[in-house]
Amino acid sequence: MQLTDENLIYSETFPGGAHWSMRMSAGNALRLVDIAGGANVAMLMVNPENTLEKYNMPDTLKGQHTFKLTQGNSLYSDMGRVMCSIVEDTFGWHDTATGTCNRRLVESRWGKSSYQQDRNAYLRNGRDSFLIELGKYGLGQRDLAANLNLFSRIDVDQAGDLVWSKTQSQAGDAVTLRFEMDAIVVFHTCPHPLNPAVDYPRKPIRYEIRKLPYPAEDDECRLLRPESGRAFENTRLYQLAKGITDDQRK
Amino acid sequence: MIKESKKEPTNASYSKTIEAGDYWMHVIKQGETFRILDLQGNQAVDTIFYSAANPAERYSATDTIREQGNVYLTAGSILLSTQGNVLMEITADTCGRHDTLGGACASESNTIRYSLDKKCMHSCRDSWLLAIAEQDLFDMSKRDITHNINFFMNVPVTQGGGLTFEDGISDAGNYVEMIAYMDTIVMISNCPQLNNPCNAYDPTPIEVLIWEAE
Repeated sequence: MQLTDENLIYSETFPGGAHWSMRMSAGNALRLVDIAGGANVAMLMVNPENTLEKYNMPDTLKGQHTFKLTQGNSLYSDMGRVMCSIVEDTFGWHDTATGTCNRRLVESRWGKSSYQQDRNAYLRNGRDSFLIELGKYGLGQRDLAANLNLFSRIDVDQAGDLVWSKTQSQAGDAVTLRFEMDAIVVFHTCPHPLNPAVDYPRKPIRYEIRKLPYPAEDDECRLLRPESGRAFENTRLYQLAKGITDDQRK
Repeated sequence: MIKESKKEPTNASYSKTIEAGDYWMHVIKQGETFRILDLQGNQAVDTIFYSAANPAERYSATDTIREQGNVYLTAGSILLSTQGNVLMEITADTCGRHDTLGGACASESNTIRYSLDKKCMHSCRDSWLLAIAEQDLFDMSKRDITHNINFFMNVPVTQGGGLTFEDGISDAGNYVEMIAYMDTIVMISNCPQLNNPCNAYDPTPIEVLIWEAE
């Protein structure tokens, strides 16, 4: 992936323990950078044209025979399409199986906190953050599903036990999601629910929006596995049926 | 963990055989015990649980595996809802482990996994879409079809971060049994998948049994 000043559209530093959302267009990419090390970006994705179509963890994992997500992987919707693909990853192992922290978990691990007492430094949790952002698009509890936990690595041992890996993201690690179809992207930077830190980790990130070229025939994500090529083909059919030709997408 | 039940099928208040490719949707009352019996072995049973009082609260695969600290389900596993409440506890299991990462088959995911022309084969999601359309007293839509449990299915995670679909580890007569902590809607698709070893390429009937609260 070429990172140039020309393909950078927007860049912003974003605090830890916060939430936001945006609509990404096909052809644009979202690049996330862990500024201080130890960040976590939890994310859900929804098709704005039909919000019943969402990022689907099981289909993504079984379609690529993987438990971890890294460069070359694509993120599938429940409708058999590539929503976005990971075209850059300097970290190597992102979790999508262990969910997000809720009010109860944050309070039991990092203590009681309220807006009244702590103002905007109060300890936000992932579930409430998702509900607030989903609500902006008319979505809610019924739309919650397994999320991405970018920059957090969870290992699984031989017995199936889940382990917070000793290897976690370092300052400067980056991951880039290239969108193959339009998507509502809902994210927060609250701590990973298995993060053992004594103090509530409040780790800032930078996010960049970039314009990337349409994936070529020899694109790494398209060629990762035979399944990947078929998922890209399903997305292509979706665009063609909408009247968006291959040439228009390039 | 293998743990046998003391319940006798002759004392069950309800029993029904579900053929492969069919759905079953039923409310299990708080305190009732619910068993799924793999009649012929190697059958995947795709199952979602909802709070009967508020179906927006439903089974959460991610919260369940994280809070128990293990990716596989077996006797002792507490099945958590999206609000962190207990729906069911698995009280007996003669198979040994069950999957909740692999999700259900759908026409669309079949096109990715096998080939684009597999879209017309029957799938679990089709069974569920029919279930929620026919059982309209629950007022559900596709929005409510969430991540499920695959009882009797064997999906090992490797230490390198891989996910593999292996031959089933369930034999004829194996069962998994659970007790309801709240009134719970159970929605099952008895999986019709013909393209992978989860059903040994031969989907077969299961039986569901319910015992009244003790």
